[in-house]
Amino acid sequence: MVVSILHRATGIALSIAGLALLTWWLVALSGGADAYATFEKASHHPVGIIVLIGLTWSFFQHLLSGIRQLVEDSGSAFQLGTNKLFAILTIVGGIVLTAAFWVYILEVRP
Amino acid sequence: MSLGNSSTPLGKARGLGSAQSGVHHWMNDRVTSIALLLLGTWFIASLLLLPKLDQATLVEWLHAPSGAIPMALLVIVGFRHALDGLKVVVDDYVHEPGNNFIINTLFLFLAVAGAAIALYALAMLAFGVTA
Repeated sequence: MVVSILHRATGIALSIAGLALLTWWLVALSGGADAYATFEKASHHPVGIIVLIGLTWSFFQHLLSGIRQLVEDSGSAFQLGTNKLFAILTIVGGIVLTAAFWVYILEVRP
Repeated sequence: MSLGNSSTPLGKARGLGSAQSGVHHWMNDRVTSIALLLLGTWFIASLLLLPKLDQATLVEWLHAPSGAIPMALLVIVGFRHALDGLKVVVDDYVHEPGNNFIINTLFLFLAVAGAAIALYALAMLAFGVTA
């Protein structure tokens, strides 16, 4: 239930904020130094970083719950224990992958 | 045409068969999700493997076919999957036919426009002269 709601919420976030940001990023990259400086100013701002972390988490959460759905589509993993375990794993995995990604981006390779 | 004259929802639906296009929509979501599993993983891995995330490095990455082609696919499949997904949400919550049509059409226009802008920018990066 929770994972299903998260799948939908993160899907909406990725569809609207995620794709808008991806498009802005590509336009800024192709627009020369000034255009990219504006993008970097926003993406390095604390609010910008929070949005980016939120979208990264949305991506990993949606990816993992999406894999869970594909497994369920095949008719597998409907036993109560297994189903609950997979649901919890998508939430734990989403947080762990997001943390690992940002620790690497901000700390290991600043 | 319903075979029965029942006034219950089940009675009305019985004998009509499927709407035919439902499975296609359902299947599309799965196929694009599998494609995005690959393209999304490629995108995240690329961001981690690039030496830096400054403009020069990123432009060089997307100037090469090895960056530009998967990125073009990510844009196309990403917008398509988003459009399919948003339609499921809209159809779940907006039942009034006029509003449903307006919102779905608005998302369609936004998705096509967004994809066109992103692909144009990507083409500039791929075919343009690197700074």
